[in-house]
Amino acid sequence: MIHSKPLGWALAFFIILLILPSIVPRFFVYILALIFVTSLLAMSLNLLVGHGGMFQFHHAVFYGVGAYTLALMVTKTSLPIWVGFVAGPLMAAMAGLIIGWFCVRLTQLYFGMLQISLGSLVWAVVFRWYSFTGGDDGIHGIRMPPFLSSLTSSYYFILIILVISLILLYLILKSPFGNTLQAIRDNPDRCAAVGIHVRRHQLTAILIATFFAGMAGVLFVVLEHSVFPDLLFWVLSLEIFIMCLLGGWFTFGGPILGAAITVSLRTFVGKYTEYWTMILGIILILLIFFLPEGVMGYFQGIFKPRAKEGAQRRM
Amino acid sequence: MGFSVPYGAAELAGQLLVGLSRSMILFIVCAGLSFVLGVLRVPNIAHGSLYMIGAFATFSLSKFFAGSSAFWIALILAPLLVVFLSLIAERALFCHLYQREHLMLLLFTFALSLILGDLVKIVWGAEYRSVAAPAMLKGSISLLGSSFPRYNLFLIFAGLLVAVALWLFVNKTKFGKISRAAAVDRDMVGMLGINVSWVFAAAFVMGCYLAGLGGALVAPTVSITLGMDHTLIIEAFLIVTIGGLGNMWGALVGSLIFGVTHSLGVLVLPQFAIIFPYAAVVIVLLLRPKGLLKSVW
Repeated sequence: MIHSKPLGWALAFFIILLILPSIVPRFFVYILALIFVTSLLAMSLNLLVGHGGMFQFHHAVFYGVGAYTLALMVTKTSLPIWVGFVAGPLMAAMAGLIIGWFCVRLTQLYFGMLQISLGSLVWAVVFRWYSFTGGDDGIHGIRMPPFLSSLTSSYYFILIILVISLILLYLILKSPFGNTLQAIRDNPDRCAAVGIHVRRHQLTAILIATFFAGMAGVLFVVLEHSVFPDLLFWVLSLEIFIMCLLGGWFTFGGPILGAAITVSLRTFVGKYTEYWTMILGIILILLIFFLPEGVMGYFQGIFKPRAKEGAQRRM
Repeated sequence: MGFSVPYGAAELAGQLLVGLSRSMILFIVCAGLSFVLGVLRVPNIAHGSLYMIGAFATFSLSKFFAGSSAFWIALILAPLLVVFLSLIAERALFCHLYQREHLMLLLFTFALSLILGDLVKIVWGAEYRSVAAPAMLKGSISLLGSSFPRYNLFLIFAGLLVAVALWLFVNKTKFGKISRAAAVDRDMVGMLGINVSWVFAAAFVMGCYLAGLGGALVAPTVSITLGMDHTLIIEAFLIVTIGGLGNMWGALVGSLIFGVTHSLGVLVLPQFAIIFPYAAVVIVLLLRPKGLLKSVW
């Protein structure tokens, strides 16, 4: 087993996360759960940005669609809650399919700009449709079923969904499809020349990524019990983008690290000063100047020579 | 909500005027963004923050001078403050990053916009501010049986003035020609013995001046608040993209499409008027993905 060491670390980490809620104060449990939700969102974006090389500029829309679908289902219908849990990601994937279908026709910056305008359309509808989505007030006090009523139980629910999603994302990335996607990132023209349907692969990747973004949206509602239009605003999209960069977008786990850094910064620096975005900006600028590969990319760069040596010795 | 809003020629003309004046603000800001995009290849998200700073500075300056000509002094000084800030940013940070890939630059300028946004919060606070239009531009003129606010007419005039000045600047001055050449082939311009670093600095500062000017001009028509940078910059990027990246006349065409569809959308579906410009952008991008006019990229 080549991956036995990282796998062991991940398992140890998972066990620590399992016992943490009984040790640390309630506030930290909440922050951890928020980091999990944000991690899933950033991971889903990184499938497209880091591994697919696509300019997915407005990923937050699908997060918001997932969250709003669950919120509306709970408040407007009397269907069982699990229908909402399934419908959230599915609606997000549907939105991803429609928006992506237009976007894959363009490349690079134009792809991103078209997505921003299409995504802003969705945002504008949510923002203005007071009678249905609550407009700029959003929807608050969304009631969750008894098994998710306490913070600890929603923590475990979010953690389990996150782990399952991460395993799925890892398997997708290591599958032939994942390899093809990375090949398209590195050289789309050559891929097209050897007979790969580039657009179809990109659209499939968007479908998968938006599904998980919608899942993250559902988890957000489980944690926060509320939704608001800022979930679909482009500033959030850029923030997620930054998380991928912060952690290192050519690594698998980088976005998790990025999400953890961003959420903790907001919470802990935000406690001392309301100007935490300035601190984030300064950190980001330092990072761009000194660690262009991201935090995790930097550490991998240090350890990689040794890893290669080991691989050669095994051979 | 509904399509049954009754409107006549007067409402149509009034909305068209509002749309045109909004277009001119957008054009002034977008021309700056487009200029920076064309010459420096920097997608500058902080452009919106500079626009916001321009508006806030106009508020403070017109309060400080508090006379009949206060607004005019502010209109001259506020963009210069923005110029000063952008010159510092260019010399200290931007000039080291021009060779980086566009995505990195995008994130870098976003980081800068976060910092500038918080600076504005520190200096001016989170309250809503407003600036009174100068006395001679208050009220409205009646024309063809309907009345037009004077300030909006002034904005249209100012936009046309900026367009003409930009045309003269880019086509008739030596610096304009050098900057156009640098947009096409920066290495070649450097080979000819021109200090490209300072050409870039000057071009950047000029683009930012336009952002500050846009902010100063918009100040009397809106409530100045934190977050106005975010709403503007996204519109500005879409406008620049549909116009053709780096093409200043594209910025004009894009601004007109954006501003006019929004104001006419108000007549059709007031609640969802904001949807119309985005839909127009989608249509343009699907029909002409590289923008309406020639892009310099």
